[in-house]
Amino acid sequence: MGLSISSLFNSIASLANWSKDKETRILMLGLDSAGKTTILYKLQIGEVVATIPTIGFNVETVQYKNIKFQVWDLGGQTSIRPYWRCYFPNTAAIIYVIDASDHDRLQTSRSELLTMLSDDEEELRGVPLLVFANKQDVDGALKPGEISDALGLAGGETGREWSVRGSCAIKGDGLEEGLDWLVNVIQQHK
Amino acid sequence: MASKKDDDASFNNFYNNKTTILQEARVFHESPISPRKCRALLTRVAYLFYSGEAFQAQEATPLFFGITKLFSHKDAALRQMVYLAIKELSTVAEDVIMLTASIQRDMQPNSEVIYRPNAIRALCRIIDASMVQSTERFFKAAIVDKNTSISSAALVSSYHLFPVSKDVIKRWVNEAQEALSPRAPSFFNAPSTSYLGFGSSAPSTPSYQTVPSSSYISQYHALGLLYSIRQQDRMAVIKMIQQLGGGKTGGGTTLKNPMALCMLIRYAAKVMDEDPNMHKQMFDLLEGWLRHKSDMVTFEAARAIAEMRNVQPQHLTRAVAALQNFLSSMKPTLKFAAIRTLSSLALIHPTVVAACNTEMENLITDANRSIATYAITTLLKTGNEASVDRLMKQISGFMSEISDEFKVIVVDAVRSLCLKFPAKQDLMLTFLAGVLRDEGGYDFKRAVVEAIFDMIKYISACKESALGHLCEFIEDCEFTKLSVRILHLLGIEGPKMSQPTKYIRFIYNRVVLENAIVRAAAVSSMAKFGVNVLDATVKKSIGVLLSRCLDDVDDEVRDRAAMYLRVLREEELQETYVKEDSVFSLAALEAKLVSYVNDAAATSEPFDASSIPKISRAQAAQDVARPSSLDTIAVAVTAKAAPVNLAPQLSAAEAQSQYAQQLAAVPEFAAYGPVMNSSVKPTQLTESETEYVVSCVKHVFKAHVVFQFNISNTLPDMVLENVDVIMQPTDETGLTPLGSTSIPLLTAAASPQIAYVSFQRDDPVEYPLGTFQCTLKFVSKEVDPSSGEPEEEGYPDEYQLEEVELGASGDYILPSYVNFNSEWEKMKAGPSQTETFALSEMESIKAACDSLIEILNMEALGGSDQPTSTTVHTLQLGGLVAGGGGKVLARVRMTFAAGQGVTLELSVRAEQEAVCRLVMSAIGG
Repeated sequence: MGLSISSLFNSIASLANWSKDKETRILMLGLDSAGKTTILYKLQIGEVVATIPTIGFNVETVQYKNIKFQVWDLGGQTSIRPYWRCYFPNTAAIIYVIDASDHDRLQTSRSELLTMLSDDEEELRGVPLLVFANKQDVDGALKPGEISDALGLAGGETGREWSVRGSCAIKGDGLEEGLDWLVNVIQQHK
Repeated sequence: MASKKDDDASFNNFYNNKTTILQEARVFHESPISPRKCRALLTRVAYLFYSGEAFQAQEATPLFFGITKLFSHKDAALRQMVYLAIKELSTVAEDVIMLTASIQRDMQPNSEVIYRPNAIRALCRIIDASMVQSTERFFKAAIVDKNTSISSAALVSSYHLFPVSKDVIKRWVNEAQEALSPRAPSFFNAPSTSYLGFGSSAPSTPSYQTVPSSSYISQYHALGLLYSIRQQDRMAVIKMIQQLGGGKTGGGTTLKNPMALCMLIRYAAKVMDEDPNMHKQMFDLLEGWLRHKSDMVTFEAARAIAEMRNVQPQHLTRAVAALQNFLSSMKPTLKFAAIRTLSSLALIHPTVVAACNTEMENLITDANRSIATYAITTLLKTGNEASVDRLMKQISGFMSEISDEFKVIVVDAVRSLCLKFPAKQDLMLTFLAGVLRDEGGYDFKRAVVEAIFDMIKYISACKESALGHLCEFIEDCEFTKLSVRILHLLGIEGPKMSQPTKYIRFIYNRVVLENAIVRAAAVSSMAKFGVNVLDATVKKSIGVLLSRCLDDVDDEVRDRAAMYLRVLREEELQETYVKEDSVFSLAALEAKLVSYVNDAAATSEPFDASSIPKISRAQAAQDVARPSSLDTIAVAVTAKAAPVNLAPQLSAAEAQSQYAQQLAAVPEFAAYGPVMNSSVKPTQLTESETEYVVSCVKHVFKAHVVFQFNISNTLPDMVLENVDVIMQPTDETGLTPLGSTSIPLLTAAASPQIAYVSFQRDDPVEYPLGTFQCTLKFVSKEVDPSSGEPEEEGYPDEYQLEEVELGASGDYILPSYVNFNSEWEKMKAGPSQTETFALSEMESIKAACDSLIEILNMEALGGSDQPTSTTVHTLQLGGLVAGGGGKVLARVRMTFAAGQGVTLELSVRAEQEAVCRLVMSAIGG
């Protein structure tokens, strides 16, 4: 009952209802040392902090243009990846971070992404996907277009909105553009 | 009352049912999170854990992951509850490591939150050894944090992590030391550190840090951690105790937390117990603490002194005075603690505790029954004969108000009192008989019955009436075990009474009224009357009663009746079956029976029971005696000390059956027949720390002797091949070498292994003695460390072992119990030998007795191993010769004179001539 009213309510005034109290839940995933934690805190406090590999997860509230995101930054180490799916329910969007300079593990990153997007994961069906091709400041980093081709999302992924964008977490390049896109998509999605 | 309890239970079952809670856990996944609902559910989860509900990993893990989602909510009260639940879940749920990053974030110094200590305490539950290192900087800072709750949390966590990662945590000793010193809330700036040190907000004074703690609890935690770190190093512990002890008066101590001081007292007591050199210093400290203003500390010090090993009365005065003070305290806990300590002290030093008699008498009427019970039982131990009457009256008054457990304590106290004041036995017996009629469980009734048994045993004046009470008791006894024991006792004691017939009626009633077990016991009991009562009419009546039992429905009862009827008719059977005062050593009997049953060839002959050593009934009874009963009455009955050489015999019997199995694995020995005897314990032929460790066990067969060598290779990088033992007799032994088995391959991993050397006895009637030089011969090969394979080439090597001696002791003769005087007379006609020896080295009769018993490996009979005179003594020994050699008895008459040592005349009587020579040669050789 409560649920149906709130969904009705949402559909009537999705934008207006995106109030300050309501936090939008976003998952940030990707292989280890892709830069997820750095992105998280760059977004939250605007600073680059010293990080260590995340064992488990960090969860922070990020205020972006009067919108509150609850960002879940899940550790990317092989041992932690199996637990990603514990955090899939109620997700509004996925940010997938790829180390664009790490050519060797691009395929690994791709297969982790595709497993997650596959039809088996009910919870993530239709959830918008933003891919950050991070570390664009590093020499030899692949461009967003190249990453996009390598991932093979074009043509393959029809069930959701998606976008691949370049970023540099340390400088903060590309993060805002990415979030702008995400805000847009989420609002439409509602 | 009961129904209310049930209501509570059903409510709890509904509300705090595990299944319900697991279902409701979906509240954790809701968005947005409702802190109030989640907190309520977490409380119920924690309740389940605290009330002992078991969670399976597959239940706890989803619950755990649900809870991790609550980290997205900032509500402080919710987060505290989350940490409580996580600490409990961490032991059952899988993959709890998922929370590491989140917890470490909450622990950061710039995290101005109330749940920082909770996070620190939770962290130690989820991380493993590999991660402790990475938390080091953080922990060091947190331990010295000015906030007590953070400092305590870090100390407690370090304490829990210590077993996981000793090396890392040992480095935190300076910080722990700092935390130990009392700090007024000073403004100490914790270094802002490392990971995620992105705090952008200005350092404000967080509200939660403004409450200074006055309990100094972190001292307690710091002391615990420091002790864990230092406990292997006794000097460091002693130094710590002395520094913190605050000098002789205890006034200078920097420890302000009473619990910390209590811990320090315990450490001091431990040091004192382990290191006699520190006794004086530690004792002075303890005495100083007796004057501490905290009751807790005073009590702990008093208890430590009261529990000191071999404490002397002069040391106890002050401690007892302190405890005496507590007895008149208003607080029940203090009274209880003090009276309990005094009660156990009264077992050892009743006179010292007697100083508190006045206070303890006031406690008899205490509303708290536990205190009253302890007071009474203690008074019973300290009281004098005059006060006993009054005490007993008071006890009888409240026996019905206390639980069985305390009743047992009271009964045990009365029991020791009986033995202490035999003159009061009337009163005691009336009391015991009274409580025997009360309601009570088995343990309580058993305590009462055993107390009466003790009275019968030690106080002959009360025998008659005590037996009477027991007879009444079995008329209406619901415990079969007790009935059987009482019937047995009646059988032994009844016939010696002036009117045996009056017991027979009670016993026969059992045959009519009770179950089969009790009926069988009653039959045996009656038979004892039949045999031991001289009156012919009684004998006849018993015969009649027993014949009636022949119609019993139970086999055992009928069989016993039939057997005893026959025994009654035939005098010599009575000797064996009723009057005999020795029994087989059960362990030895079992070992022999097992080997008999396993040996297919042996079944053609009947089992030979004559080769089994016997022990006296007294010894057998001692073996099964309740140790606690000995404790209780040890205070009163000091003259009860009797040597128990039963224990080695038991283990020997067990060892024998093990050897028999090992020997059975070697086909060559099958033809030798069964083993007659194996040596009691292996003789070490090497030092224990050498490259090769060898011990020897000797097995005597009918016509052979086999030496078993247990050989260990202690060098992991060597293998030994073709290991042999070469035995070279030093002189004529009467043994012909037959052969030996060798060990083909001996590695350190597969050690020890066994090599045998066997000899034929030239004349099976004689008992060959001799000494052998032994050498270990083998081919040694080094092991290639890279492949683990032994190298191709080896070199032959020898290793000298110590000599092996085949002697009388342990190899041929076993101790066995007989009735010396009658057997000695019986064996007059048989082979005998007498010789005189002078043992000038012996320093006393007692030393001579001990060494004779050891050399001859025979049983001292009639208590003759405890000489009563220092100058003249006769030692009586009984033994059994292995291999059907029959009984052997020795009488040793000794005289002792200073300067000349012990002169002894050894007379041996045996069933075989050779045995006499064997015994003589054992002393002479």
